[in-house]
Amino acid sequence: MITRSERLVILTLALVVVLTVLAPLALMVATSLKGDENRILLDIGSLAAFWVNPLEAEWTNYAQVLASQTQPFLRFLFNSVFVVGWIVVVGIFVNSAAAFALSRLRFRGRNLVLAVVVALIIIPMEALAIPLLLMVNRVGWLDTYQAQIVPFIAHPFSIFLFYQFFAKLPKDIDEAAYVEGATPAQVYWKIALPLSGPVIATVAILQSLEYWNAYLWPLMVTRGPEVRPVSLALAQFFGTPPPTWGDLMAFSVMMSLPILVLYLAFQRWFIQSVVASAVK
Amino acid sequence: MASLSIESLRKSYGSVEIIKGVDLTITDGEFVVFVGPSGCGKSTLLRMIAGLEEITSGELKIGGTVVNDLAPKERGIAMVFQSYALYPHKTVYDNMAFGLQIAKVDKAEIDAKVRDAARILKMEHLLDRRPNQLSGGQRQRVAIGRAIVRNPQVFLFDEPLSNLDAALRVTMRAELAKLHRDLGATMIYVTHDQVEAMTLADTIVVFEGGVIRQAGSPLELYHQPRNTFVAGFIGSPKMNLLPVTVVAATADSVTVAAPWMTAHLTVPVEPGRLAPGSAATLGIRPEHMAAGSETGLITGQVTLVERLGHQTIVEVAAGEGAGVTALIDGTRMTAVGSTLPLTFSGDDVHLFDADGVAAVRLKVPEIARARRERPAA
Ligand SMILES: Nc1ncnc2c1ncn2[C@@H]1O[C@H](COP(=O)(O)OP(=O)(O)O)[C@@H](O)[C@H]1O
Ligand SMILES: [Mg+2]
Repeated sequence: MITRSERLVILTLALVVVLTVLAPLALMVATSLKGDENRILLDIGSLAAFWVNPLEAEWTNYAQVLASQTQPFLRFLFNSVFVVGWIVVVGIFVNSAAAFALSRLRFRGRNLVLAVVVALIIIPMEALAIPLLLMVNRVGWLDTYQAQIVPFIAHPFSIFLFYQFFAKLPKDIDEAAYVEGATPAQVYWKIALPLSGPVIATVAILQSLEYWNAYLWPLMVTRGPEVRPVSLALAQFFGTPPPTWGDLMAFSVMMSLPILVLYLAFQRWFIQSVVASAVK
Repeated sequence: MASLSIESLRKSYGSVEIIKGVDLTITDGEFVVFVGPSGCGKSTLLRMIAGLEEITSGELKIGGTVVNDLAPKERGIAMVFQSYALYPHKTVYDNMAFGLQIAKVDKAEIDAKVRDAARILKMEHLLDRRPNQLSGGQRQRVAIGRAIVRNPQVFLFDEPLSNLDAALRVTMRAELAKLHRDLGATMIYVTHDQVEAMTLADTIVVFEGGVIRQAGSPLELYHQPRNTFVAGFIGSPKMNLLPVTVVAATADSVTVAAPWMTAHLTVPVEPGRLAPGSAATLGIRPEHMAAGSETGLITGQVTLVERLGHQTIVEVAAGEGAGVTALIDGTRMTAVGSTLPLTFSGDDVHLFDADGVAAVRLKVPEIARARRERPAA
C-alpha cells in the first residue's frame, strides 16, 4: 500500500518532471503568439515569458513565416514530410524483411551479418558522413531527394527491433504455414509482418524523429530550398540576423506539429511495445 | 489416405545421431502412436515424415511414392502441433482457410470445406473469433480443423493434448478416436502418455534412444512385451522387474527361484537362452498380484499404501532392497508396517534373459492377438 504522504511525494516529483519538460514548450508556444518583438524581449527573464494572454495572442508571426519568399516554409515542410515518409514506409518493408531473413532463413554467414548489423547501431552518422558524401557525389545525387532518402532506408536499429520480435515468434507458426504450402515470402508477408504492428509503430516513430531532426547530412547534400528539409531551414532561419524571436518560435511550433501528430497517432502501440519488451 | 513406409531412416545433427535406423510400415487408415520417454526422437521422426527435418539417410514413402526430397506441402500431410500454432492475427475461419487460400482454391469451395470442418468439430459459432478469445480445448479444435480442411492423406499429431487439463484430455481423446473412425485417414500420433497410446492406437510403436523397441497392437505390447524396456514402459503402475535364477527348463516351461520368493515358480514360456543356472529377470504386473491369506510367494513388510477406492496400491519390501508394487483389492485391510503375503500365477508373468529379451510366452490371452476392428472405409 502507498501511504498518503508517499503519494504526495510521488505527485510532487511527477509535477516537477512535467513542469521541467513542458517549460520550454510553453515558452515556445507563448513567444510565438506574441506579435510585438519588444514585448518578448521585455517578458524574457520573468515568468511572463511562459504565458500569453489569450486575448492578446496574435498570429502575425505565423503569417510572416508562411509569407516569407526567401524562406518558403511550406516547401521545407513538404520536403521533410516527403523524405521522412519515404524513409519510414520503405524502411518498414526493407528492415522487417532483412530481420525476417536473419531470424528465419538458414544461410551461410547469417550470424556474421547479424553481428555486423548490431555493430552498426553504435556507429554514429557523423562517422559515415564523409565517405557517404563522396559516394553520393559520385552518383550525382547532390541536391536531390534521393540523397536524403536512399542511404537511410536500411536502419540497423530497426532491423534489430524486428529481429528481436521475430525471434520471439514461435517457430511452430511458420512451420504450420510451411506444411500448409506457404513459401517463406508468404510467411513473411501474410504472417510475420501483420503480427508486427507494435514494432512497426515503434520503428516508424524512432526513424521519423531521427530524420525529421536531421541536420548534418542535409547541410552537406542540399544547396537551395528546393529539397532542403525544415530542420535545416530552421537553423538557417535562426542564423539570419537579426533574430526575430516571435518568427523563430512560430517556425519551431509549426515544425514540431507533424511529428507530434504522428507520435499521438502511434503512441498507444509505441508504449505497448516498449512495455512489452520490458516485461518479457 | 495412404500407406506409409519407412526404411532404415536416420537423422543426425552434426555428429550426433538422433534417429538410428528406423523401419516401419503403416497401412492405409491405420492409427499409429509413437511413444517413448522424452528426448527419444519421436518428434524428430514425425517432423521428418512431415518434411520439416531433412532425412540424413534412408527412404520414406507415402502412398508408394518416395518423398524424401519433397517439400511438406507436396507430401499430402497435415500436422497438428502441441502449441496449436494458430495464426494469432487471423480469425478461426481464416486460420482454417489459410492453406486453401494459398493453394488458390475457389472461394466457394473454401467456404464449404471450412464450414464442413467446423460442423464436424462443433465450432460453427466460433468462426469469427481470434485465437486469443478461445479456450485451450477450442484452440486445439481449430488446429485439428485446419488439418481436416486440407483433406490430407496422413494426419500427423505431435502431443496434441498435452497442454490441456486432465478432464479435457479425456474428452478430446474420445473425439480424436471418433474423428479417426469418421475420416478413416491414416494418422500418426506422438505422445508420452501411455493411456492415450493404449486407447487410441491400432499400433503402438515404442521408441527408446532413436530406435524402435517394439511395434504392435496395444494389447500385444501389454501381454507380450519383447524386452524389459517395453515391459516397464507399457502398463501403470509399472511392471515389477525382479532378479531370479533359472533352476530348470523344459520345452514349454522354465522354473525359476529367488531368495525373495518363498517357493519355485514355473512359467509357461519357450526357454530360448534360459538354461538352468542362468540369471534372468521376472516381470510381474502389479495387477496380476493378489493379497494372500496366510502365505504368499512373496511375504514382506508394507512400505507404502495408496488407496484408490476399488483397488489399493501397496509396496512390499521383498528380500533385500527390492520393493514390489502390487495392485490389490480395495477392501483388504492393510497398513504400513504390517506384513502382507502376495500371490501370483506363473501364467501371468514374464521372463527376460540377462540381456532383457523376453522369452516367448505360451499362454497368452486371445485378445492379445486380435486386431482392432475397423469399419470399411
Ligand atoms: N535441431 C536440433 N539440433 C540438435 N539436436 C536436436 C535438434 N532437435 C532435436 N534435437 C535432439 O534430438 C533428440 C530428440 O528430440 P525429440 O525428437 O524432440 O524428442 P521427443 O519428441 O521424443 O521428446 C533430443 O535429444 C534433442 O535434444
Ligand atoms: Mg517431442
